[in-house]
Amino acid sequence: MATSLNGSRTAPLIERAHALFEDLSFAAARQWKAAEPGRKVIGYMPIYVPREIIHAGGMLPLGIVGGGDQLEVIHGDAYYQSYICRIPRSTVELGLSGRLDFVDGMLFPSICDVIRNLSGMWKLMFPNVYSRYFDVPQNYRDTIGGNYYINELAELREDLGRIRGRPITDAELCRSIEVYNENRRLVRELYRLRAERPWQAPAAEVYLIVRAGLVLPVEEHSAMLREYIAAARADERPMRDNCRIVLTGAFCEQPPLNLIKSLELSGCYVVDDDLLLVTRWLTGDVCAEGDPLKNLSDAFLHHSESTAAKYEPSQKEKGQHLVRAVKRSAAEGVIFACPSFCDPALLERPMLQHVLKDAGIPYIAFKYAENSGQMQPIREQAGTFADSIKLWSGA
Amino acid sequence: MTTTKIVTSRAPAKQVAKDASMLKQKAMMAAHYDRLTSAPETGAKVAATFVPGNLNELIMCFDLLNNLPEVNAIQNGLRRTSGSFVLEAEKIGHSEDVCTYVKSDIGMMSKGNLAPNGKKFPNPDVLLLSYTGCFTFMKWFELLREQYQCETIMLHTPYMGDGKITRNMIDYMVKQLKEEVIPTLERVSGIKFDIDRLREYLKKSTQAEDDLVRVLQSAKAKPAPIDAYFGGIYYIGPIFGAFRGTQDAIDYYRFLREEVEERQANGLGPVTPDGDMGKEKYRLVVEGPPNYTNFRQFWKMFYDEGAVVVASSYTKVGGVYDFGFRHDPDKPLETLAEYCLGVYTNRSLPMRIDMLTNYIKEYDADGLLINSIKSCNSFSAGQLLMMREVEKRTGKPAAFIESDLVDPRYFSAANIKNRLDSYFQMIEQKRAGASAAA
Repeated sequence: MATSLNGSRTAPLIERAHALFEDLSFAAARQWKAAEPGRKVIGYMPIYVPREIIHAGGMLPLGIVGGGDQLEVIHGDAYYQSYICRIPRSTVELGLSGRLDFVDGMLFPSICDVIRNLSGMWKLMFPNVYSRYFDVPQNYRDTIGGNYYINELAELREDLGRIRGRPITDAELCRSIEVYNENRRLVRELYRLRAERPWQAPAAEVYLIVRAGLVLPVEEHSAMLREYIAAARADERPMRDNCRIVLTGAFCEQPPLNLIKSLELSGCYVVDDDLLLVTRWLTGDVCAEGDPLKNLSDAFLHHSESTAAKYEPSQKEKGQHLVRAVKRSAAEGVIFACPSFCDPALLERPMLQHVLKDAGIPYIAFKYAENSGQMQPIREQAGTFADSIKLWSGA
Repeated sequence: MTTTKIVTSRAPAKQVAKDASMLKQKAMMAAHYDRLTSAPETGAKVAATFVPGNLNELIMCFDLLNNLPEVNAIQNGLRRTSGSFVLEAEKIGHSEDVCTYVKSDIGMMSKGNLAPNGKKFPNPDVLLLSYTGCFTFMKWFELLREQYQCETIMLHTPYMGDGKITRNMIDYMVKQLKEEVIPTLERVSGIKFDIDRLREYLKKSTQAEDDLVRVLQSAKAKPAPIDAYFGGIYYIGPIFGAFRGTQDAIDYYRFLREEVEERQANGLGPVTPDGDMGKEKYRLVVEGPPNYTNFRQFWKMFYDEGAVVVASSYTKVGGVYDFGFRHDPDKPLETLAEYCLGVYTNRSLPMRIDMLTNYIKEYDADGLLINSIKSCNSFSAGQLLMMREVEKRTGKPAAFIESDLVDPRYFSAANIKNRLDSYFQMIEQKRAGASAAA
């Protein structure tokens, strides 16, 4: 395992992940595509797509989560009013500026009306690129939502098979499920490590390592995860007197990296979050034998994350996933960090806050945009929150 | 045909012209609100649901009264009470960024939950979450469920992302209706589902739908006898609300059609709050909902300039009937699914552009005006691209204004007026250019 000049084992990995994070031309994905003739790249937006199907077709799933704080949005702003969040405008910018010109298809998952409408915009702006709104059921019964979802998955599989020139087989799909099971296990292991020893795996590093999985082939990403977990365990880092918080609301438009760093600098260890949910949307292994579409459907219906984009059929269960996340990670509070103008996160927020209040869990809330530059107010707010937990919590 | 001058309670000094059909509608709405607010005494049960994907015929099969929170928010906008309700909701933690219908509704609940007749709305017995064409609906009814702790039924309408209705979508919806929606409505109401009763209601819907389409399409005439946006909002009230499938709706739309046909035969333009509109100078297609807090002021900016809206997308938000769809009593559950799938906001952006382009051509309009609503992403996201596409395809000028549904803070009369004035000048220039070229 390589080490950096200062002896840190994680540093080279973080350096690589950071380079991938900053590269808005997606050089790694371009190189992957160019390495063999006929390779295809399929982009996808938050919150979840079954990447296994893309992988089974020998294609690279490429996560597109906006342009961050380094992209100057010139064309994209001409497509959106001021009261619409930033991720669609920076995504349009990525498209119109040619940064996605190597992408053979785009999937727009069911998350909100803005991304939904962007699916139609993409069809018009890039008529030669395969583009699909990927709908998912809001009914979680196998015979109702399950059947619907299996047919949607079958359509997607057929479409992708056409793009690569031959159908995607069950055997290919089962193999891909195994590959992604392994990747999800590693991501969960990393999250467990951070929850246990957050000073060993700082939130910004975990974010970068997980985010690398959006642009790298999954096998390469799994290797990176393994290396990072081993390095993070081996590196001895000082433990700070931080409080432990769960970060929620940031499942679509991503906060600037500086925001994540700022939380820890201001005294909050992030011990769980809903960033980049696609990497751990399915909460357990997907069965890799039998009918793969049915297995993916079962996992979606019965073993997937709760988030604002999903309907919660039970009032009793509403928001309990967050309470469980707090308990599981031994957190002391919750920070709601929601993108400005994000319907799912902001409409959901009061309901979650009521649940936390009933459970006696403290929280604070603020908004951000992916290009927010001024972190001082957030540092002050998070710092005060951390102090209040340290000074006044029951512990 | 009669046009009556009535005096509103809000503006005692100002007389407002209303068609006889509007008076009839007003009576229907008043009776409906009375039925709703007297539910605790009569024992009637109440289902709350949404305008897009409104399954009124099905709701009536269970003797449930239909209460539509969007319509209540509109009422509060028109009565200028929504502003304080929105503020109230923000005060208790709802973001300034989200839908003002939701905040108006929640603010109203915390301030007594009074209906337009001044009496308290009953708590719903069931929330029929017809999740059609708008993400916010899902969260709205989760928020209401938290408050009312009542039974909630999700009916998920898949989005027409690829511009078509597939067998899978229909099967999914019919299964939800059979296995989730109907059994729950039976349980809540205590009434067994009778499919023949549903068929009867659907037959009635079809009659009213035929007349509604004839009314809306009357605007192809020159001058247009109706305003299909500002006036159109009144015309869609009964069929998008609690009356589709009733004899009341049949009577209202027949009456309205006759009234409009008479206006058309007499070469008259629309009736406005200030009486008959003057000479028709501009024919517009409008995309997006209106502002309700300054509704009359907004409308006046158009009719003062001789601008009439000949077609609008907003009047298709509770059902698109002008391309042939009618509720079909011979396939009662499938037809409800098709209805939900086809509502305007459940259509892909390319479909919406096709519709608007078609309207400009079919109604011989001068151009497209988009009223972009701050708190409605379902409508608003993508409208700038829509504007460019429609301009490109029709060669007609388009313009963009911004306001909000029921939040008065986002209605800037001067800005809107300026933009409209510029737009009308643009149309004039385009006409002058066309004449010079000819």
